[in-house]
Parts: sequence; C-alpha cells; structure tokens
Amino acid sequence: MTTPELLTIILTTAVTMGTPLLFATLGGVLSERAGVIHLGMEGIMLVSALVTFVVDLQTGSKVLALIGAMMAAGALSGLHGFVCISLRGNQIASGLALALFGTGLSGLFGDALIGSTVTSLNRIPIPGLELIPIFGSAFFNQDWMVYLSYFLVAGLWFVLFHTNWGLQIRSVGEAPIVCDALGLSVTKIRYLCVIFGGMLIGLGGAYFPMVLTSFWVDDLTAGRGWIAVALVIFAFWHPGKALWGAYLFGAAIAFQLQAQVMGLKIPSYILEMFPYLLTIVVLTVVTVRNRRAGQTLMPAALGLPFFRGDKH
Amino acid sequence: MIKHLLTILVALMLWVPNFASAADPKVAFIYVGPVGDGGWTYAHDLGRRHLEKMGVETTYVESVPETDSERVLRNLARRGYDIIFTTSFGYMDPTLNVAKQFPDTIFMHASGFRTHDNMGNYFARMYQARYLVGMVAGMMTKSDKIGIIGSHPIPEIIRHINAFTLGVRSVNPKASTQVVWVNSWFDPAKEGAAANSLMDNGADIITITTDSAAATQTAAKRGLYSIGNDSDMTLYGPEAHLTANIFNWGIYYEHIYNHVKNGTWKPSSDWWGIETGAVDLAPFGKMVPKNVQDMVMAKKAEIASGEFVVFKGPIKGQDGSTAIAAGAVPSDQDLLSMMYYVEGVVGDIPQ
Repeated sequence: MTTPELLTIILTTAVTMGTPLLFATLGGVLSERAGVIHLGMEGIMLVSALVTFVVDLQTGSKVLALIGAMMAAGALSGLHGFVCISLRGNQIASGLALALFGTGLSGLFGDALIGSTVTSLNRIPIPGLELIPIFGSAFFNQDWMVYLSYFLVAGLWFVLFHTNWGLQIRSVGEAPIVCDALGLSVTKIRYLCVIFGGMLIGLGGAYFPMVLTSFWVDDLTAGRGWIAVALVIFAFWHPGKALWGAYLFGAAIAFQLQAQVMGLKIPSYILEMFPYLLTIVVLTVVTVRNRRAGQTLMPAALGLPFFRGDKH
Repeated sequence: MIKHLLTILVALMLWVPNFASAADPKVAFIYVGPVGDGGWTYAHDLGRRHLEKMGVETTYVESVPETDSERVLRNLARRGYDIIFTTSFGYMDPTLNVAKQFPDTIFMHASGFRTHDNMGNYFARMYQARYLVGMVAGMMTKSDKIGIIGSHPIPEIIRHINAFTLGVRSVNPKASTQVVWVNSWFDPAKEGAAANSLMDNGADIITITTDSAAATQTAAKRGLYSIGNDSDMTLYGPEAHLTANIFNWGIYYEHIYNHVKNGTWKPSSDWWGIETGAVDLAPFGKMVPKNVQDMVMAKKAEIASGEFVVFKGPIKGQDGSTAIAAGAVPSDQDLLSMMYYVEGVVGDIPQ
C-alpha cells in the first residue's frame, strides 16, 4: 500500500467514525452557547438511533427515519429544557437523568428489534472534488449525511458569529440578565437552542443505523455520547473546532486500527489513550493562552438557571 | 453504570416473596451484560429460556456490575432461588462470599476456578469449535490472509485465536491470521472499522472474538466472508456468514437442574466440550462447498470421540520455537493461562 492510499484510508475512517460525534458536538455547542449544559447526549443518541431504525424498518424511507429521529431527539431535549429552563432545575442532574432514561428506553423498546437489519446509505461521490489527491475521496466520496454535517458546521458557525440571532444566543449564554433587560426572551431563546441542539444530537444517533451498523443491539453507540460531551469543551463551544475535534477522535481510532494491521509496534493501549491525552494538552494550552489574554471561553452563564429579576 | 443501577433498582422493585416446594428448584441468573447483546449474555439467556420451556421457574438480573453483584446475589438467595448461575469471571469472589452465607442454595459460576460445598464452576471448550471454524476459513480464503477482531488480550481469547489459527493452518499451511485489538467486548462501530482495516490490508475472511455482528455486516457489504462468534449471525449477512462457533448452554443448565432436583448435585469444575453439544457450530452458509462441510464435520466427530485433540504437540510458537512438544497435551491449567501466539498468527500480544 502506498502512503497516499494509506492516508486516504485513515482519513476516510476518521470522517466516518467522527461524523456522529460531530453532529452531537454541534448540538451540544448550540445548547451550551445559550447557557444550558447538555449531558444527556448518550440517551438522546440511543433513542434517536432506535427511532431511525424503527421508521426505516417500517417505511423504508431514510428521510422519514431522519425526521422521526430529529423529532424524538427534539422532544427529549425539550424535556431537558423544561427541567432546566422552566423549572430551573439542576442542569447536570437533568442531563444525567436524560442519559439514563434514554439508554433504558432504547434498551426496553429495542429488544423486539434484535435480529432485524436495514440497508445503509450509499456513498455519493462529488464529481471533481473526489479526485483531489489524498483528501478527495475521504471527504467527498461519502454518504449524504456527511455532506449535511459540513453544511451544519458552516451554518452554525455563520449563525452564531455573523447574525443577530447568534449574537442573541451568545448573549443569553453570557449575560442573561442583560438580555432580559434589553427585552429579549431568555426563556424562548434557550428553549429554541436546547431543542434544535437536541435535534442535531439526534442526527448523531441516527448516523449509526444509517451508516455504521445497520442492525440493532443494546448500547449501539457504545458511549460515544459521552465523548461528544467532552468534545463540546474541547471545541471551546465553537462549531469549527468541533469539526477538528470529532475528526481527531475518528482519526485516532483509524490510526490505532491501521497501525496494528501494519504491524507498527505501538501498544494499542497507548493509541487508545491518544485522543484523550491530546484533549488534555489542547485544553491546557488554550486555557493558559486565553487566561493570559484575559479571556474565558466558557459561556459565563453556562449551567446557571435564570431567574427574572435576579441580580447575578 | 447508571443503567446498571437502574436495572438493580427495577429488580428490587419487582421483589415478591415466593414459597415454592423444594421439589421443583427455582433457578436464577445474573448477567454482566444486557440480554440483547446478541452474544455472550444472549447465549446464556437462551439457556435460561431452555429451562423455562421445560417448565422451570427462572428469573434473571441483567447488566449487573461486578462490584455490585454480591448484593444482587444475596437478594436472589433470600428470595428463595435454589440454583443461581453467575455468568461473568468477575462474579467469582462475590459468588463465593454469598455461597458461604447461604449453604442451602447452590451456586454455579461460569468461567472461574473456585468451588465450595455449595458452589461449582463451569465453562465450555469453545476452542474446539474455534478450530473447526478455522478449518472453514482456511479452505475458503483466496488471499490466504484471515483477519481476527480481538476484544481483550486475555488467555481465553488468546487460546481461541490460537485454536482458530491451528484450524486454518491444518488445511492451508500458507495462510496466516492477523489480529486487530479493539480493546472492547462490544463496540459495533469500531468493530466495523476494524473489519474494514483488515480487509483493506488484504484479508478476505474476518472473524471476531467480540460480540456484535458488525464484522459480518461489513464483510457482506464488501462481498467478502465472515465467521460469527457466540451465536449464529447468519441473518446479518446471509451471503457473507460462513458459520460461527456457538454455545448451547441450555444442555448444561438442564444437566445441573436435574442433578439438583434429584439430590445428586456435587460441587465440581465442569469444562464441557463439543461431545456434549454445549459447544457447536452454526449451520453452514450456502457458499461453503459440500466437501468443506464434510471435512469439518468429520473432524468434529474426531474431536467429540477424543481421537483428535486441538492442543496436542508438536505445536510451534509464533517465532517457530517449540510451544508444545511432540505428543504432549497441555493440562487445562496450561490452557487456561495461555499467553503466547502459535505459528501463523501475525502481530504481537499487547503488553
């Protein structure tokens, strides 16, 4: 195997394994930019994976399956919003409860599906772009959900940083009391972000039956929702960095498998640790750098329930 | 973890005192995974369902963390279950502790080595079936490269990889096996990626020591072959799945149940082989030619009669040195602690 071929193989796996993480991380970014911590990703991903599987099995329509998954994910996330925003409950507790609830729910209703299979999405090469050496076929000979994720990264970045909505969302996450005084509805903005964020997380769950594993088993996502929780922080609540983070995790998996196949003498446990180590290094470097510059990257009001009329 | 706690909580909520006659032993199981895992736990639960079909009253608690198993076990014993099967290596010491507290209850622990007055252990010689499916792979490969997706590098798995490779090389000395470790018992997405890596590197048949059908499905997508593990995975890729090594725990559970019922049970260490039917092969896929099937079935009969022993010297180690001397048969203890590759396996055991 030549080096370019090898790089293409690793990059292709990186994108395939990274895409569900990317969707979920984008969802987390949106929700947390508005000030609501989202730890329920694992549960939402499992439920949306289940819904995708069931709808696909019943109707044979991938689009309907995706819509179903997003609705289920949005509804579950709305529940999280209700607890966090309307009831002003503890966001961490609510997220953990949601993760637990979703895992249990998917296990319970998934039981009857064990043994059934659906078809997975085909790759659709993009003429021209797929011919770019090394990168072309990894990034532009993928299924349409991967392409959708590119648009979502760009779209979310544009909305958050270049539109009035984005300014409002970020402000609500930084200084809800000020937004309230300016006449913005903190509640409404937070609800919208949590629900839409949940739908994006749902796309991450849907990617499993759509592409990765087109059969149903308990715990299909094998803990990737928790990796996405970490990636939101790793990405410093930024959609562009979410893309790098997700692909980095995907690449680490791809590299680890490929190194073994090629007989490179690197202990697989070390390779397994690699993305986590890298996360710690990047977090440390960026935090130190930003502290020197006098900035914090975490939305200031993240995790704090908003009480109208409070003075914090 | 949280899911496990929830399961236990639900189990506690379903607590109902029950007073059955001792003549019909009631049987309980605790599982380390969900019954829906499609592999290890699923196979044990098929065994439990076999008892149910015989009219035996059974129950199970799934996804019980090893650290919390003592409490669950004590609870089951208190509820009057007469036989309790514990099906994970990590349940061994907890089982022994609880067995000492409940001398009238019989405990059976899978995959361990401790016994007590009222505690036995059991396992099945899956390596025998591994040898046979290895023969199928050896005869069906065109590239002479066979990929194995490894879960965790522990003696049981190393033994299975070796038995498989011996089977492959018994019919095709040119062929080699290559292991990629995923360091997980269960991660379908990663197993799929590992299968792709192996096939990108030229493997045309993939087998697994993990539990999901992801490798079978990946092989099917690429028009290549797979060999399943622990349960029949044909329906995930009928055109890819050559066969699988499987457990039939029901046969063993029925045997223990009858002994307890008749009062003839004694603590023992059972390691049942292919001659009992507790270890078997899944039906062959239609791609497997008749002569291959016949050869494998003939070898199966030889193993069952004791005429052929999988691990019998001369067997060379990976580097060509003598691992098992000519004519020697390793003890079960040696088999249970096997931590080297035989000749024909490519790669290293992670340290």
